[in-house]
Amino acid sequence: MFKPRTFTPAPPAQSILTRADVWLLLVLVGLLALVIGAAESAPETVQGPEIDLSLSALPFYSLRSVGRMALAYALSFLFTMIYGYIAAYNGRAERVLIPLLDVLQSVPILSFLPVVLLSLSTVLPETLAVELTAVVLIFTSQVWNMTFAWYQSLTTIPRELREASSIFRFSRWQRFTTLEFPFGALALVWNSMMSWAGGWFFLMAAEIFTLGDRDFRLPGLGAFLQTAANAGDLAAIGWGILTLVAVIVILDQFVWRPLLAWASQFRLEMIERDDEESQSWFYDLIRQSVVASWVSSLAGAIDRLIMRRLSRRPAPDPYLSVSIRRSWWEWVLVAVSVVLVGWGGWVGSNLLLSVPLAQWGEIGLSVGATMVRVATAMAIALLWTVPVGVFIGTRPRAAAILQPIVQIAASVPATALFPVLVLVFLALPGGLNLAAVVLMMLGTQWYVLFNVIAGAAAIPQDLRFTSDLLQLHGWERWRTLILPGLFPYLITGLITASGGAWNASIVAEYVVFNQQTYQTIGIGAQIAAATANGDFAGLFAATLAMIIVVVAINRLVWRRLYRLAETKYRME
Amino acid sequence: MLQAQPKPLVELMGVSQRYGRGERQFTAIQDINLTIAEGEFMALLGPSGCGKSTLLRIITGLNRPSEGLVRYRGKALEGVNPYATIVFQTFALFPWLTVEENVAVALKARGASEAEAHRRAVELIDLVGLDGFEQAYPRELSGGMRQKVGIARALAVDPELLCLDEPFSALDVLSAETLRGEVLELWTGGSLKIRAVLMVSHNIEEAVFMADRIVVMDKNPGRIVAEVPVNLPHPRDRKSDAFAALVARVYAVLAGQTQSEAIEYGTEPGQNGQTRLLPAASVTALAGLLEQANATDDERDPLAKLQDELGLDLDQMLPLIEAAELLGFARVESGNLILTPLGEAFAEASIQTRKEIFASRLRRLPFFRWMLRMIAAADNQSLRWEVLLTALEPEFPSEVAERQLDIALEWGRYAELFAYDDAEGRFFLETPAVTEK
Repeated sequence: MFKPRTFTPAPPAQSILTRADVWLLLVLVGLLALVIGAAESAPETVQGPEIDLSLSALPFYSLRSVGRMALAYALSFLFTMIYGYIAAYNGRAERVLIPLLDVLQSVPILSFLPVVLLSLSTVLPETLAVELTAVVLIFTSQVWNMTFAWYQSLTTIPRELREASSIFRFSRWQRFTTLEFPFGALALVWNSMMSWAGGWFFLMAAEIFTLGDRDFRLPGLGAFLQTAANAGDLAAIGWGILTLVAVIVILDQFVWRPLLAWASQFRLEMIERDDEESQSWFYDLIRQSVVASWVSSLAGAIDRLIMRRLSRRPAPDPYLSVSIRRSWWEWVLVAVSVVLVGWGGWVGSNLLLSVPLAQWGEIGLSVGATMVRVATAMAIALLWTVPVGVFIGTRPRAAAILQPIVQIAASVPATALFPVLVLVFLALPGGLNLAAVVLMMLGTQWYVLFNVIAGAAAIPQDLRFTSDLLQLHGWERWRTLILPGLFPYLITGLITASGGAWNASIVAEYVVFNQQTYQTIGIGAQIAAATANGDFAGLFAATLAMIIVVVAINRLVWRRLYRLAETKYRME
Repeated sequence: MLQAQPKPLVELMGVSQRYGRGERQFTAIQDINLTIAEGEFMALLGPSGCGKSTLLRIITGLNRPSEGLVRYRGKALEGVNPYATIVFQTFALFPWLTVEENVAVALKARGASEAEAHRRAVELIDLVGLDGFEQAYPRELSGGMRQKVGIARALAVDPELLCLDEPFSALDVLSAETLRGEVLELWTGGSLKIRAVLMVSHNIEEAVFMADRIVVMDKNPGRIVAEVPVNLPHPRDRKSDAFAALVARVYAVLAGQTQSEAIEYGTEPGQNGQTRLLPAASVTALAGLLEQANATDDERDPLAKLQDELGLDLDQMLPLIEAAELLGFARVESGNLILTPLGEAFAEASIQTRKEIFASRLRRLPFFRWMLRMIAAADNQSLRWEVLLTALEPEFPSEVAERQLDIALEWGRYAELFAYDDAEGRFFLETPAVTEK
């Protein structure tokens, strides 16, 4: 029963302000007040190593930390777009860029710090250099998975959609706005959320650090927490963590959830679906408001402007057309990278040669110690996450209550808790050794838990009913149904978790607390100590050893298990 | 459309497409010469893998052929043909754009203003009968309606050459039939600028129903094997004898004639001569075909009728026919399937007897003789999957080799010629427990 077709008029005239607009306005005013209030609460002295432990300084510190994160994220986004685009569309570049990304991803980020700082402080004033160092450090913790996600979505665009874009003669801009960006949007948002979480982890560590006998501090939440722990000020620690959680929750509700809800319209699948993941009250609010139509007409205008300015010439699909020619800039790039690699190799091998044999032995021992610690952390994480995850995953009602709690708990970066942990564990017999394992676990257990929950929820109902009918109980049920069903998810979670644990060893095994240095045997401690002492040869050797071991474990252990998971334990 | 000498719209001269290099080179299509005339509705018909879709992409300029020349209106084609458009098998709609935006985006790409694109898009959506759905998203529509959007979008660019890439094969039977009629109406109505239609299809009836000329292709390598003109007036009656005769004629071309055993079998991998590819037929489906053919009183079963009764499409049916011929269960003569006594015995046999018959036939095939010898010669009479794959790879491209091993695995396991351990990826010679002392 369709009405006869008539010309579609402009959208019905809206009242100037809908109720949604009033709400939105209130929310925006509130946020603005928060930001301004935070800026006004700046302590008198923001320079130098002094961190003000008074409560009134917290909003300002949060603002600075968020600002640092945002700047690093903006850099990551830009990098992702360009690097991913080149890697996806230039076959020769792809062969270099993707393995390079893989290596960069497994470089322990914290060893970057002194290198970056030194190179920046030669050209910039120190405060700026320190600030930029933190940003670069956070950038390196955020960028890789985003780049991979963007590259992957570019290369998995269905062939027919590409061909449609070509046959209908899209310009490059049109191809980007109607095909590539929408196709990658959801993955980008998901990975941005993950990156942001990873960024918090390193922000906490990047705001205070020592290099040689110099002590750098940046006004921010991380510095606040560490200073509070150093001073043994439990109240300040509590308030600091509370503020951190509040900031994370606010960002989640006002930035990430709305973005996710927005991006979920770009799903490729042709099935209508209503999932909770893509619900956001704030997004719904924006959508109903006049502001939304302003934004969309602004976007339309920008799109038209660019369409008019940029050439409308149909761009050949870089993925469909294969060019054999090598353009001149590729040769330049090849030449530059050959020079860089050669120079790096020369400097690097000189550095390595200057490391005494005894130190190499120490490094070997340290790698072993850290490996044991990582394995222990993983084992403990498995021990509690599997039963808890299965409990949550198989009970939708429990999940509805527990999932948000778990998410908030997971959002607290483990490094923020670390000063507190040290405070507690240094008094215990295990000391830092134990604290290091706990920190590794705290930082990485969530990957495992979330995967277990997802895996348990994905066990097909049919199989569960069958197991009920067969009266499989207890261990028998775990062995035949639950564990095989979880296996692929467990492996996925463990791969991420163990990578994170290796990285965390740098902050976990070497701690400066109350002007005293505590360290245990471990590769992380080696790296941190070398950093602190300004021993660059040692730093380079230890970092290299760690990279090699991590990559080797990935290739030899995880990749095999992953393949097994993919082939044998796949549920379809 | 019997004009004196219709002008050629598209001409292909000696077109070949090859992938890979050297030893690993694989010919997708070989030496195609073809002309599409103005005013013609041409169907490209063939089994999957015969390169018909590749050919369509070469004709539209999406792919550049490795050899040969494509001419459009007498001029060599460079890049994507601006006068051609494609209706895709999977619709290729942008899921994040509404119906109207999906059509308008094609217009904007050609420089239409916002208002112009909107006006024209609404017109076209009206034309295909989707008015009222302008603001709907593709995921809210049925398959048939999605394809209507695909057609509206294709018409938006005022094409001269309309290419349909298996446009109805992703639709349910009813929607497909309705849409076929509507496309024919658009074409025969003559109100559009379209000068010629090229449809890729693997449905014989569809091709006979719609096209003026059917170009039949075969695979390994992809090539043209026949051209069948269809001179029936529209609307065509599927029930008529002339229609059935044409379907049978095309089927006969595709299914071929059963050859002598030496030609059918080919040679072993590694030997000189052509190694015969095992058809991708499942044992269960093959048994189904034989049972169905055995169930009728007639000795000769028209293939088109069998296919219809089994509810299969051509791509599922052809490998079954090939397998039945290869194993000596049936012969094919001018579009009819004739069961051999062995085929009849198989259709009537018990589960265990079927396995024995199957095993005895497999042992005769050069591929299986080679495989069994390889496994028997290995340590512990067991061989890794990769070893066999590597041995096959000089013969076939690696995906083909893998597919061949998959088929051999299914057949051999069914016949209990060998066993396979999936976890280890190993073949074992299965020694029958009864005969072993």
